[in-house]
Amino acid sequence: MDYPQNPQRPDLRALFFAFSSVGLSGFGGVLPFARRMLVEQRRWLSAEEFNAQLGLCQFLPGPNVVNLAVVVGKRQAGLAGAIVAPLGLLAGPLVIVLLLALLYDRYGELPLAQSMLRGVAAAGAGLLFAMAWRMGAALRDKALFLPFSALVVLGIAGLRWPMLWIMLGGLVLSGGLAWWRLGPRR
Amino acid sequence: MIVLALFVEFAVLSFVAFGGATALLPEMHRVVVVEHGWLDDTTFTHLYAIAQAAPGPNVLVVTLIGWKVAGLAGALATTLAMCLPMSVLIYLLIDRWESFAGRRWQQAVSLGVAPLAVGLIFSGATLIAQAAGLGWSGLALVATVVVVCLKTKLHPLWLIGAGALLGALGLV
Repeated sequence: MDYPQNPQRPDLRALFFAFSSVGLSGFGGVLPFARRMLVEQRRWLSAEEFNAQLGLCQFLPGPNVVNLAVVVGKRQAGLAGAIVAPLGLLAGPLVIVLLLALLYDRYGELPLAQSMLRGVAAAGAGLLFAMAWRMGAALRDKALFLPFSALVVLGIAGLRWPMLWIMLGGLVLSGGLAWWRLGPRR
Repeated sequence: MIVLALFVEFAVLSFVAFGGATALLPEMHRVVVVEHGWLDDTTFTHLYAIAQAAPGPNVLVVTLIGWKVAGLAGALATTLAMCLPMSVLIYLLIDRWESFAGRRWQQAVSLGVAPLAVGLIFSGATLIAQAAGLGWSGLALVATVVVVCLKTKLHPLWLIGAGALLGALGLV
């Protein structure tokens, strides 16, 4: 039974194309597609494993899905897998987006393109407001923590201070408050 | 060496990108448009719009900004800078994640970062709406999208498409 082509240990090509299909199928966030591929279709991870591994990916900053690809790639095929999986995830979309960029360079000045892009940007801003609303609604202890959101908006959108310092300061204050709220027994 | 400058700027930013590349929109705007003047407001919002309309992870807006500032090398530099540092870190940490998941400091960071991420995304939304130079009809579209997105399960792509259509008709 110990064939090298054991479905539990996909070869690098399978890893690459599995993550390519994930990258290319998602619009505005590909995480649900990653979950479907990993847990339901390929069964490389169980639902619990998926949640556990996603935990670190969401804990650390940066693009969560790329982080997840690194984790799954490492699990399935070591260092080579950890390189190939995120490459697969990004290669296809990267090519598409660069082709769009070429089109934009060529036709972006046309009034029609300008007004379409303004419409898409407006819709995109709406999606971002909705995302912020949902994330805000999901916060624990809103009365305590929402003021930190407001301070970030003031500092970033209002005063245009550098994000690095706001985030470091915010992390100390907001994380410190969370630390205190959690109490020593948790 | 603009490519190197891009790489360093974005690699540093990747360490505070709680909430993903989307959370970085305001800072990318500050660095690329306000501080260095590499792009103007309109181009910045256009790049965001293109990234929204294309398939793939949200990180691609970073690729587009790199492209517009410094061509293919710029695109690769920003994308790599955004992904590489955390990828290396997560590669090294994942086997030890079980041992610190759930610890008090880990929970405190998770809890503490969440409201900051909310603020970042909200700032990004404000900034895109501002930089796009929207009039009343544009702001009405923003508001409509927010309501539809929160009240229905309509796929976001339909809202993007509607935005493109209304724009093409000259209504935004």
